[in-house]
Formats: sequence, C-alpha cells, structure tokens
Amino acid sequence: MLSINNLHASVEEKNIIKGLNLEVKPGEVHAIMGPNGAGKSTLGYVLSGRDGYEVSEGEATLNGKDLLELEVEERAREGLFLAFQYPVEIPGVSNMEFMKESVNAMREQRGEEPLSAAEFLKKAKEACKQVQLPLDFLKRGVNEGFSGGEKKRNEIMQMILLEPKLCILDESDSGLDVDALQVVADGVNSQRDGERSFIVVTHYQRLLDYIKPDFVHILADGKIVKSGDASLALEVEKSGYAFLGKGYEEAEA
Amino acid sequence: MSQWLDQVIDAAQISDYLAPVRQQALTQLKADGWPARRNESWRFTPLTSLEKRDAKQAVQADSLPVPAIDNLNAIDLVFVDGVLVTQVNTLDVPAGMTITSLNSDDAATQQAISSVYGQVKPTRHMFGLVNDALCQHGIFINVEAGAKIDTPVRIVNMTSQDVDAHTRVVVKLAEGASATVIEQGFGDTESLTTAFAEYDLADDAHLEHYRFAMFTGKAKQLGGSHFKLHNRTTLNSTMVGYGSELSRLDVDIHHAGEFADAKMNAIYLLAEGELFDLHSTIEHAMPNGTTEENARGIVGDKARAVFNGRIHIHRDAQKTLAELNNRNLLLSRRGVINTKPELEIYADDVKCAHGATVAEIEEEALYYLLTRGVSRSKALVMLNFGFIQELINDVPNTAVREWLAPILSERFAQMEVK
Repeated sequence: MLSINNLHASVEEKNIIKGLNLEVKPGEVHAIMGPNGAGKSTLGYVLSGRDGYEVSEGEATLNGKDLLELEVEERAREGLFLAFQYPVEIPGVSNMEFMKESVNAMREQRGEEPLSAAEFLKKAKEACKQVQLPLDFLKRGVNEGFSGGEKKRNEIMQMILLEPKLCILDESDSGLDVDALQVVADGVNSQRDGERSFIVVTHYQRLLDYIKPDFVHILADGKIVKSGDASLALEVEKSGYAFLGKGYEEAEA
Repeated sequence: MSQWLDQVIDAAQISDYLAPVRQQALTQLKADGWPARRNESWRFTPLTSLEKRDAKQAVQADSLPVPAIDNLNAIDLVFVDGVLVTQVNTLDVPAGMTITSLNSDDAATQQAISSVYGQVKPTRHMFGLVNDALCQHGIFINVEAGAKIDTPVRIVNMTSQDVDAHTRVVVKLAEGASATVIEQGFGDTESLTTAFAEYDLADDAHLEHYRFAMFTGKAKQLGGSHFKLHNRTTLNSTMVGYGSELSRLDVDIHHAGEFADAKMNAIYLLAEGELFDLHSTIEHAMPNGTTEENARGIVGDKARAVFNGRIHIHRDAQKTLAELNNRNLLLSRRGVINTKPELEIYADDVKCAHGATVAEIEEEALYYLLTRGVSRSKALVMLNFGFIQELINDVPNTAVREWLAPILSERFAQMEVK
C-alpha cells in the first residue's frame, strides 16, 4: 500500500523529516506517536503534497505509484486521504457543492459515471447521519462556524464519502470529548474492511482504545525511532518519552 | 495634440438637426485638446495606442453573425462597424414603444431626440464629445407614459478590423413607463468603438439595464451609459466588462428628482495584458434618493483594472442613502488594480458608505480542496468566483442570468494563476 523509504523533507529550509522509513500493508492500522515537533503533522503534509514542503531525498509510493511526482489532487485521486488537525473554514463554498465535486472527481478516476444530484444527496445524508452531523451542515459553508468537534466529524464524513485507500488521520482526537471521540472512532472503524489502510497520528493513547492499531511507531526528530504493537502506546502513556533520552521529556511537558 | 483627434475634428461634417450639439462638442474638443499624461481622468489608462493612430471611417461591412443569448426573446438592433444594419421600420415593436433611427425625418421625433442627445451625458467625457460630433448612426427608443414593455431591446455593436465606429443610443421613458435595454459590444481586432447611450427616465419610470462590454484583444472601446432619474424613477443596471488594449466605460447616474432609486452592479474579468477602466459618477442633486453600487472584478496575469467610483451628494440632497463598494481579486503578482472610491458630501443628513478591497488567492483553502481530489481550476472557481456569482445571481432577467453564468465562470477558469 504505502511505502516510505529514507524520506527527508524540509519546510522553509528547516529539516523536519530526516530519513523516515515506513511500510503500510493493505488493511493495516499504524499509529504514529511522538513528542511535539517530531514531524508528525509534517509527514501528512509532505505525503499530500502541500506547497512549501520540500522533499530533498527518499521515496514514497502508494500502490507502486510515485507519490512525490504527483500533484496534490492527483495524490487524492490515487486514494490518499488526509484528515486535518485544523480543517480550514471556507465561507462561500457549500459542503454540498464541494463534496459532490470531490466525490465525482474520485468516481471519474475509477472510470465511474458521476453521481446525479439526487444520488449524491442520498449518500451524503447517510454519511452525515453516521457521524451525527445535522443535515443542514451540507448546505453550510465548508467548516464555516463549525465547532472543533464538528470539524473533526466533517473530516470523517468526507473520508466515508470519498472511500480512499489510505487514510492519514492527523490528531483527529484532539479537542474531542469522550462522546465525540466515540463518534469519530466509530466512523473510522466502519471503514476498516481489510483493504483500506490507516495511519493514525496522535498524542494520546486514549484514541487507540477505540481504534485498535496493528503497529505503533514513535516518531522523534524526523525519524521513526521505535516500533511495536499496541502495548508500546500504553508504555508511552505510562512513562512518557523518557526512553528517548534527555530533552524529549521537557518537550512533551 | 494627437494625430487621431486632429483627424477626428477635420472629419466632422455638421449639417443635420443635431448641428448645435455637434458644434458645441467640437468647440470643446478643440479647446480641451488631448489629455495630458497627468490628467486625473486618464491617469491609469494611457491613451498612447490611440494618440498617433489615424482616425478611420465607418464603412458598411458584411453583416456578421450576432451572438445569441439563449432563451432571450428580445428585439435585436445591430450595428456592424458603426453602421446600423437592422431595418428599424420593419421591426415588430410592442404597443407603447417606438424604435427609430437617429436619422429620422420626422420633426417631432427629431425634437424628442434633441431633448436627450448630449443633454444627459456630461460634457466632461472627451470621447462622448467625439461621439456627439461624429455619430451618424444611432437609435432612439421611446416608451409612452404608463407602457410596460416586457420584451427586452438588445443593441449589439460589432466592430471588425480597421474601423472607427461611433454609435449612439437615446432612450426616453415617459411617466410610469418600464423597459429593459441591453447594450452589448464585441470585437477583438484593431478597431475603435465609441458607443454612448443616454437615458432620460421620467417620474415613476423603471429601467432594467445591461451593458456587456465584451471587447477584447486590440479592439479599443471608449463608451458610456448615462442616466437621468426623476421622481421615484428606479434603475437596475448590470454591467460586465472584459478588457482589451484600451477599454473604458463612463457611467453617470443623475438623481434629478426625489425618491429615485439606482442599483448598479458591475463585474469585470481581465486576463493577459487586458485593461478595463470603469469610471462611475452618481450625482445626488435632490433629497431622498438611494444608490447602491457594487463593482467586483478579478484580475489575472498582466491585466490592469481601473475603478473610479464617485458619489457626489449636493447640499439639498438630504436623506440620501448611498453605498459604493469595490471588491477585487488579484490572481497574479504582475496584475495591477487601481481603485478609488470617492464620496463628496455637502448635505448633513445622509447615510453613505464606501469601501474598496483587493484580495489574493487563499493558498490554505485551495490546498484543502485539492487534497479532496478537486481539480485546480474547479477549486479556483469554487473559492474565488463566489463574490462574482453573487452579482450574477442578482441579475433580474433569467435568460440573461443563465447565459452569463457559464461564460463568466469559463472565462475565469481559463485565467492563469501565477
């Protein structure tokens, strides 16, 4: 599915990712944890192709396709989905208009006919229901005036509608209360089908109680420094990043 | 002085019933001369492409296919290269309205035309004076008191290669009359069009007005639409400007009666090296008038937009409500927007507001849409066309609205973001 090999990337000439390796197979859920400033969010931006994130070395392929050669929208159409930590508000563009365009772009990529307005509305309503967003959200501007939790649920709704191959969830748990966390986790779990893969970026073990990872990786200073199973997350929860050596404890505190 | 203006003045032949106005215009043109580079009215719109050019004659050209507005059931009046090619006397015109050529032999018609020709349009517009002096082809539309004309009248100016076209539209709506007039202009090859329109709108009259100035490339256009409003007159005007080597529209709305209401929306979409200049002046001479003017534009590549919007509230124009707003989106670092809203207020009990903004592409929002697989051009339309779409949605005529929406979004989608 996703194969990252010796990736180096920088923002404004500052090296953030420094030789990262990661292999994600179909159907797997990988959690990435790590102290602040380790490069967790940067990884999502680099893989999605955000302007200003320069790759200086290494490779990243999605199902054999060289991701780094593709435009942002082409990566998305290849099946890469990034759920943002802070989704941007876009007043003036309705959720409905945006998602219909988006869903049909994906369908075109797969050689399918575009959905009619009625067909799309039906799907969108179901997705809305699944993440417990009221239907009038579809008519509102993208994320406009949404609470933090509503924005996160909106991201999950988009994921459900777009049916991506690989989902990167960037701190989809931050700022959520327990109930909202449950909704988000249920949304994600409903999309696990043995084929779709997930990278769950989080600070807290809490989310991993709901979304069970197959692997947990610790990202520090732009590299994966330790990998393990779900028990690694519990270890981090208990004793922090002390095992990384001096400096990281303070960063986390 | 300019070679072009010298030749224009030499070419003027003044012998018809409009001679007094034509003579006056010529005298003023001679006195004013060619505008200096620092002249405020032309400060951002250089006339160099015209200055040393030869003045040209209007010659009868082959008739050109007139671009249709789908589902618009209008009376079409067509000028090709400055020559009126429509046989106005054979038109099927609704009761209450008459359409005649400016070259009418009828004394009453001539008198009616003379009461408007050069009377509504202020004399400070140089190219308006040129048009006063040179215009041989024009249309007079007269609507009787109380007549409500549903059928729009569309006036099309099509200008081809190597020609100077000077056309005029004169419209008189009597008390309580209503009508819809669409002025439309096309051309993309080396040419000059001065198309001026004067509207004299009596008490309680209602005019729905459109001006689509779609000259591009090397087609120069210097035109204007000028309105005189009386008691309780309502005007709803929508203008669309493309840019060309030299493209300028002057609009004047004169509140000469009380409780008149003017609404004006203007849209301009400029690409490549195009220039479009919109100068509007609203004169509130009488109390209780309202004006709402919204001008919105998108400027791409090396294009230049000039907007000058002036609202002048005279001492007696108490209780005026006037709003003027100009919003721009700049797509490119090389594009230029010169915007200047001006309020000049001499009455003390009025409500007025004005504002101008220039925005750029929001990269973060664009990135967000792209990460969902939306194509770049679609994403740009979604993000940046909304403020233009609002004005399109405001177009009162359904056929015009449905014709305009796709051609403008298409024009925008083809603009390059740099």
